[in-house]
Amino acid sequence: MKIPILKLKDLLLTSIQEDLTDNDAIVFQKDLIEKVNRTGVKGVVIDITAMDMIDSFLARVINETANMVRLQGADVVVCGMQPCVALTLVEMGRELIGVESALNLEQGMEKIQALVASPSDTDSFEKESNGRG
Amino acid sequence: MDETKIPIKAENDVVIARGTGRRMARDLGFGTADQTRLATAISELTRNVLRYAGEGVCTITEKSNDDSVTINVLVEDHGPGIEDIDKAMTDGFTTSGGLGAGLPGTKRLVHEFNIESRPGATRISIALTRPKTSEHTCT
Repeated sequence: MKIPILKLKDLLLTSIQEDLTDNDAIVFQKDLIEKVNRTGVKGVVIDITAMDMIDSFLARVINETANMVRLQGADVVVCGMQPCVALTLVEMGRELIGVESALNLEQGMEKIQALVASPSDTDSFEKESNGRG
Repeated sequence: MDETKIPIKAENDVVIARGTGRRMARDLGFGTADQTRLATAISELTRNVLRYAGEGVCTITEKSNDDSVTINVLVEDHGPGIEDIDKAMTDGFTTSGGLGAGLPGTKRLVHEFNIESRPGATRISIALTRPKTSEHTCT
């Protein structure tokens, strides 16, 4: 089972539609990171609308995937988490810490476009330094 | 009394076990929040079986009386056992490089949580109960 990862201009768009085994999740993580690296996109949207359960392992994989994408210089938005999944994650004491999220795919696309369009902290720091010099 | 036994030997059995638990909870009139809690709890416990014991069995049972409906899940294995249960029930504790939310997180999702463990026999049983008159919903 392979999760399709689509390239759309300078974004990657992916939707998890299956009930993932742990190995599926790890393969997805690897595929996504490699594709970010290969394409040099600026943003990634991960749609999890169809996930009816996120346990501590899957939460960790999503967290780590978002961090890995960011380390490659791209922004990430996770969108579409079901209310019951959010409820269960918080009850377990588990959250997608530090991951940008959005209610649905539409808002996720708006958010990633805004993130990609805004200059990163590093860019503004460089500009400031250059201005002084 | 309805009982389903699922052998836990490979990663896909975790998916089967949590899916079976969710379906049984739904068929017994539990709302989507409880279905999600149960599926998540089963996922955590059966993954622990694979990780620490290699294999085990997950038994899902319906136990109801006149007033309430209960779904009980027993997860058993013959692995090395949990050395220090108090420690394993502490947030942030892990011996396998995980995040350590497994057992204490699971306990918070269910109404009953019992754990017995010695070398060669670990049994964790959890249960969700709902009154017969009402059905819980998520939102």
